[in-house]
Amino acid sequence: MSEIVKKFMYVNRKAPYGTIYAWEALEVVLVGAAFDQDVSVMFIDDGVYQLTKGQDTKAVGMKNFSPTYRTLGDYEVKKIYVDEASLAARGLTQDDLIEVAWEDMETEEEVDNIVEVIASERVSALMNESDVIFSF
Amino acid sequence: MSILHTVNKSPFERNSLESCLKFATADAAVLLFEDGIYAALTGTSVEAQVTAALGKLKIHVLGPDLKARGFSEDRIIAGINVVDYAGFVDLTTANDTVQAWL
Repeated sequence: MSEIVKKFMYVNRKAPYGTIYAWEALEVVLVGAAFDQDVSVMFIDDGVYQLTKGQDTKAVGMKNFSPTYRTLGDYEVKKIYVDEASLAARGLTQDDLIEVAWEDMETEEEVDNIVEVIASERVSALMNESDVIFSF
Repeated sequence: MSILHTVNKSPFERNSLESCLKFATADAAVLLFEDGIYAALTGTSVEAQVTAALGKLKIHVLGPDLKARGFSEDRIIAGINVVDYAGFVDLTTANDTVQAWL
């Protein structure tokens, strides 16, 4: 356990599958989760496509890493944010996105879905509050 | 000479689709695949641009790439034709050349 807890933000701006960014970002989040920091994962622009429901990659012969996002809660990632304007520009709503559950093993506190759709101003504010930003 | 224009980049990240639709002529075919499929979806900020293009040329979208990204055929703009990999091959052979808007 490190003594100083920093606010880490992972910013995702790329669609999945077309490039390797989304998958690499997810790997870095999972690795970073081991360091007991205050982690948030932000999805803006084409990054919002990473969270769409019902991804089925069988016919394209690629690994479907969409189910891995649902495990983020188990890695003590408690904050997942989606930029509302990015969703709207793409004809999407929160109903199109997967849900990620979270549970505190010690207190048994549960949250059904930690994916939060937020206004762009809030995205900016959260970025400003971050100590470290990882960009993908 | 008929041309098959392919677009494999997101219309929100690159200007590939925009350039493609600007230069493709009435006898051309356009195939959206990989991240290009996002242009085929309804309710987006590029829908009007795609709908306008459908008035002059044929637009196809690769089904497996739609499915991989979590979208079913009922989410695509009316008038866009869904093809499979065999259909992709048919499009390349039915046209004289291929212009890939990378």
